[in-house]
Amino acid sequence: MRPLEVAASIGRTRRDFLREAAGVALGTAVLRSPFARAASIAKNKKVIVITFGGGARDQETFAPEGQENVPNMLRDLIPRSTFFTQVVNRGILGHYVATASLATGAYETINNFASLPPENPTIFEYYRKDLKRPSSDTWVVAPSNGFNRIGESSHRSYGLGLGARVILPKHLLAAAMSSGHTDYQHLLRDNYETPYFTPELSGREFELQQLETLLKLSVDDFKGHARTLSSPDELSLYIARQLMRQVAPSLLWITMHDIDIAHAGTYSLYVEGIRRTDRLCAEMLKIIESEPEYAGKTTLLILPDFGRDADDDPGGNGFQHHRTGDPLSRTTWLMAIGPGIREGVVYDRAVDSTDLVPTIGSVLGFTAQFSQGRPIKEIV
Amino acid sequence: MLPSDLKPEHFTSYPPRARALASEYVATLHDLPLSFVSGLLRQVIDCDYNFPAERKALERELKNLAGLSADQRAQWIQPFASITLSSKLERFDWVNSPAQFVEQLSAHLWTTHQLDAFRTAATNYADRLHSAVPPEQPIVPRLGIAIIGQGVDSYSTPLFRKLRPHGAYFSHVNPENGLNVLLDVVADRARKHPGDYLHWYVDGGQAAEHDAAVTSLSYAQLEPVRTALLQKMHSEIEKPGMGPEMLRTFMAQLRPSDLGVSTSVDAILGRFQVRVLTEGSGTQIFSTSFAQWAAREALRRAEPLSLLARFAPRQRQKPMSELLAPSADRPELDPVGSLVDADIGAYYNWINQQRLPGADKSAFLAWFEGHNVAVLIGPTVPRGTVSDAPTDMKQLLSWIV
Repeated sequence: MRPLEVAASIGRTRRDFLREAAGVALGTAVLRSPFARAASIAKNKKVIVITFGGGARDQETFAPEGQENVPNMLRDLIPRSTFFTQVVNRGILGHYVATASLATGAYETINNFASLPPENPTIFEYYRKDLKRPSSDTWVVAPSNGFNRIGESSHRSYGLGLGARVILPKHLLAAAMSSGHTDYQHLLRDNYETPYFTPELSGREFELQQLETLLKLSVDDFKGHARTLSSPDELSLYIARQLMRQVAPSLLWITMHDIDIAHAGTYSLYVEGIRRTDRLCAEMLKIIESEPEYAGKTTLLILPDFGRDADDDPGGNGFQHHRTGDPLSRTTWLMAIGPGIREGVVYDRAVDSTDLVPTIGSVLGFTAQFSQGRPIKEIV
Repeated sequence: MLPSDLKPEHFTSYPPRARALASEYVATLHDLPLSFVSGLLRQVIDCDYNFPAERKALERELKNLAGLSADQRAQWIQPFASITLSSKLERFDWVNSPAQFVEQLSAHLWTTHQLDAFRTAATNYADRLHSAVPPEQPIVPRLGIAIIGQGVDSYSTPLFRKLRPHGAYFSHVNPENGLNVLLDVVADRARKHPGDYLHWYVDGGQAAEHDAAVTSLSYAQLEPVRTALLQKMHSEIEKPGMGPEMLRTFMAQLRPSDLGVSTSVDAILGRFQVRVLTEGSGTQIFSTSFAQWAAREALRRAEPLSLLARFAPRQRQKPMSELLAPSADRPELDPVGSLVDADIGAYYNWINQQRLPGADKSAFLAWFEGHNVAVLIGPTVPRGTVSDAPTDMKQLLSWIV
């Protein structure tokens, strides 16, 4: 089977599965109702993006054998979403550079492991510049130090002062913890490919004292709550919820990363990461619906940054890495939920991962002029 | 420098056998593009420490390339010649550091969106090579064995779900003496079909007593090496400017003597052990990753006739709440999580065995250690079948060996 055929077959598998298991309809069979859409659009729109990461394969998520790992999305989210079965990432499959590409709508070529800003303008810069929004209106909650430059590009027409504010919860926690703890360094684990590496911070990362001033959270409360959590992604969701309550940004980007433990070669921990992320995505939807600033006016977009290598690709080692660039590692999915977005609909046509930024641009009213993608017409 | 500039004296830093091989084929290397030659030299420079199977395959490949006419060679290699490289790559010391070059080449291919073209070129070349120089068939059908679930008393979730469609599932296997029976069959094959590195036993824990004719390595045996490696990794990352790629390069350059591995008895195996720990992600920390990766690399490189991989409990991954709690206890084990890891590891062992010549005649057995369930795969075993009939390990083996 040729790569494109493989990709198409992946999409078909997802669509058939979703249609049977969740009772959703095929997108091409659903007629659009402009009246319903107009009535449901609220003022003061907000967008939350969750990257379902880092890197999850089809067979552990929406393929029939993966359904046991995503029960919350299947039960609570899929019936309310427009779902795209084929989102193709044609760029570099490293988590930082791929997330940066998602955030710019252009395939970035920066060093995945260096502390560098994206070269193309980010979604946050487009939004803030076009709509004249303050920095407090755009936030990124990201795994740790490696993502600290994701909020603002080096682009000469945008860049400095126009980016998002970035919170690195693990970094924040490390700063809050007393020194000398034996397992302290584990908290700063940035990526599971090189688990002992922690890059130096340089950028406009969130400062510890802002916990209290912005998030209304004492260091002791923060530490106390962290002790009840089981993973860095749970900490990210906790911080995101505080942000939503205290700052209510219009554009919030949350990068999940627990799943990337797969690099250690432990399948059970990889699947556990997927199940946790599935639960956290469902929790985010509940948070959106329970927060007055977000309920009824928020578009939630969930997508993996990319997949992982296929079991039968001799160049890889199955789920462990994303190094081959094979069709499975490049083909993922996208879920969109919110006012004006059709519910329970599946689209099988291929979209590009760079389409995300221009799509959000159409929702929020900015132009992503340097993006390589196009708005996804079924969402906007 | 480009491949056309190569001379025998460029290989003076190579180990003896590698130097001789590269010099013998230097004229052939002249005609090859750098994106191809670097991969070839990466294999050549290591050939003194290659297993017999991979050394023979390399020599056959070089001989084939040398035997092609200039036109034929150009045709074979043309897709690689179409890959554009940067001047920085061309200036790199790719003769003496081909592995590091290939890492940089990989980053270049990703960045310049040429990875797919390179993949296609490599796949087509491999297909062509297999047609022109068919791989040697094994002298007897291969046998793979995976033993999983050590230390798990009970587990209700179905096992071997990915293997079952390819063979028969047995639910009433008498587990008595199962490990010894399986080790004995490997030893028996080693005696009947002797050869260097043809019969392997990989253990993710403490190795059980086994025949000396079998090549073996275990996670427990390598504990001092793992400790030494982790210490070196920690000290390296403390150095200013150290990044992940530099750390990877550092690890790739480690030699057995750097980690206290003796090579006086077996330099090839010593080098292999170090490679498993320095190149395998997670192998230094999790015993299940070690067992899977060691088995994979043994299959890929040594092409053994028999390989028994026994998975053992790995250390438990601590949740964040425990990482924050002050405790210096030794890591606990996670037998059930390890069983899940090993279940997919057994599947990967089978896939990797099936990539080798003679796959249509190969046999595979996976067993939940100490329990009644096993899967048997082989040319005479009906696929996707289930047997509830009482049986034992010897009977299972009699159907495939």
